[in-house]
Amino acid sequence: MSPARKAMKVAAATAESLGNAAVGADGVYHFRLYVAGQTPKSMAAIENLTTLCDTHLPGRHRIEVLDLVLNPELAAQDQIMAIPTLVRSLPPPLKRMIGTLSDPERFLIGLDYSRPAT
Amino acid sequence: MTIHTKTTAESLSKAPSGIAGLDEITFGGLPTGRPTLIAGAAGCGKTLFGLTFLVKGATVYDEPGVLMSFEERAGDLIANVSSLGYDLPRLIAEDKLIIDYVRVERSEIEQSGEYDLEGLFVRLGYAIDKIGAKRVVLDTLESLFSGLGDGPVLRAELRRLFQWLKDRGVSAVITAERGSEGQLTRHGLEEYVSDCVIALDNRVDEQITTRRLRVLKYRGSAHGTNEYPFLIDAGGISVLPVTSAGLSHSISDEVVSSGIPGIDAMLGIGGYYKGSSILLSGPSGTGKTTFGSRFVNAACVAGQRAIYFSFEESPEQIVRNMQSVGLDLGAHVKNGLLRFESARPSLFGLEMHLVLMIRQIDEFAPSVVVVDPISAFRGSESEIHATLLRLVDYLKVKGITVVFNNLVNGEQNDKNEQSLSSLMDVWIGLHDLEANGERNRGLFVLKARGMSHSNQIREYQLGPDGVTLIEPYIGQHGVLTGSARIVQEAQEEAAAQERRDEVNRRQREFGEKRKSAERQIAETREALAREEAELLALDTVDQRREEILAAGRFAAATRRGART
Repeated sequence: MSPARKAMKVAAATAESLGNAAVGADGVYHFRLYVAGQTPKSMAAIENLTTLCDTHLPGRHRIEVLDLVLNPELAAQDQIMAIPTLVRSLPPPLKRMIGTLSDPERFLIGLDYSRPAT
Repeated sequence: MTIHTKTTAESLSKAPSGIAGLDEITFGGLPTGRPTLIAGAAGCGKTLFGLTFLVKGATVYDEPGVLMSFEERAGDLIANVSSLGYDLPRLIAEDKLIIDYVRVERSEIEQSGEYDLEGLFVRLGYAIDKIGAKRVVLDTLESLFSGLGDGPVLRAELRRLFQWLKDRGVSAVITAERGSEGQLTRHGLEEYVSDCVIALDNRVDEQITTRRLRVLKYRGSAHGTNEYPFLIDAGGISVLPVTSAGLSHSISDEVVSSGIPGIDAMLGIGGYYKGSSILLSGPSGTGKTTFGSRFVNAACVAGQRAIYFSFEESPEQIVRNMQSVGLDLGAHVKNGLLRFESARPSLFGLEMHLVLMIRQIDEFAPSVVVVDPISAFRGSESEIHATLLRLVDYLKVKGITVVFNNLVNGEQNDKNEQSLSSLMDVWIGLHDLEANGERNRGLFVLKARGMSHSNQIREYQLGPDGVTLIEPYIGQHGVLTGSARIVQEAQEEAAAQERRDEVNRRQREFGEKRKSAERQIAETREALAREEAELLALDTVDQRREEILAAGRFAAATRRGART
């Protein structure tokens, strides 16, 4: 199994494992990552997202990976234009980010992420 | 340079746009399976252009379509075109149309790392497959530049998109905003779409707006190269390729009456040729409208249809006024033979007037048309000339006879009128003839192509019996009109009377002479007869005397004894 495919599985598993977390509950980030097939960009985005979430939001995130090749109708429904697109549905407001998420700083700034006070 | 040959023009498959006129300019429509770029400034009608392409495709040509809108939401689009009679919700329900609104909001898009526009491709591909679309409109793709920034990624993706559209074999229309000076589109989209480029334009001249369209380029096909005016109204978009009519129309020998016997008599063939254009020019109050009305009346009486385009008077006013010259136009209107179209010339631009006129003519199919007056049109001389040229060409192709009234100032023909002459087959000049403190009306035929015609200036009168041409009286200083003519008439009448009296007198004298001569002859005859009678009487007396004498001699002899 390729690392990318593995990452996808992991992401799905993570999403699965966090499925019980109450939607909108404080501190839990809900992400939807739209990809189109297993292109290098898609794989990179999945890997980067998983890593970023594990690093900065351990146990406080839920990731859903949506493949437009399998569900093309979602593209219009969810206003997807660029691939990969990350949508943070919770906490509000809804945020969108396009690209492979290769830049951690921009990811964190873009999502208004504030480090939990330690 | 591309050399267009007939074979390539025929072999290139085309998707009819369904836009009146455009398919004529492009000889069939937009290129099938290839992208077409529509460039124009805001308010030129790019979106409507695209939508018409889709709606006509879906309703007329059985080609479903996808509209990917980057600017307007589906709901707005549906509302905007419902006034044109486009029922988008029905088409959507029938799976003949998909509207996909792509929301591009700069503030909502954060970027981190590489991306591509595969999402757009997936959306478009999914929509195309869903209804089997043959047509795609992207309106306006340039919104992506504002949302994503003009970078190499976007450029590469656009290039890929156009190639992808070609591979899918859909006829695509891509709209683009007009760029600043010298640039066709703001972001140089023409670089990617090179098969067919159409530029739309919206210009304001003397506060009147005219939209124009030009096919800049059409790879592999011939196309009209002019700038054609087009119109957006309740009937959608119509382009006016009227110049395409050219001079190849067929001609007719049929004669159409002018409606005025006197004028028919002045023209060698007894009227106008069918399909010819006639110019009636004259100053105010020379009866141009009356002449025009008589013309349509004659057609209507003959059972033909007529349209009267009036730019000065309302239909009711013309109908009322024409009753004073013995015309009941209202009856023709009632039985559907005559149609009036009145509009203030300043209401629209020339092009709009032309389109509306042509639309009316198409709809009503008249045999004769009157335009009263063309001098009311505003615009530069060349523009008016071009507009009339197109109208004349159009009417000639249809074999419709047209009378143009033209108001001129005074007796001098201005330049405008001279340039009109080349368009006209017959030109009748109406004039004010001022003399002896009065103003009379005279007309003459300036030209009449293809027929002999009277060279006389004829006085005419407008009265309850219509237009009456009066026998010309030509005096020492030209034509006599009005009271001068009446004086002349009286003088001639007096002279004639005198001549008649003289003849009578001499006839009388001669009669008397003859009578006296005859009397004399009779008298002489009588005298002769008398003389003859006398002579006869004398002769008888003489004979008797002879007899008596003879008898006497016998008696004497007997007495002397000559007895035996």
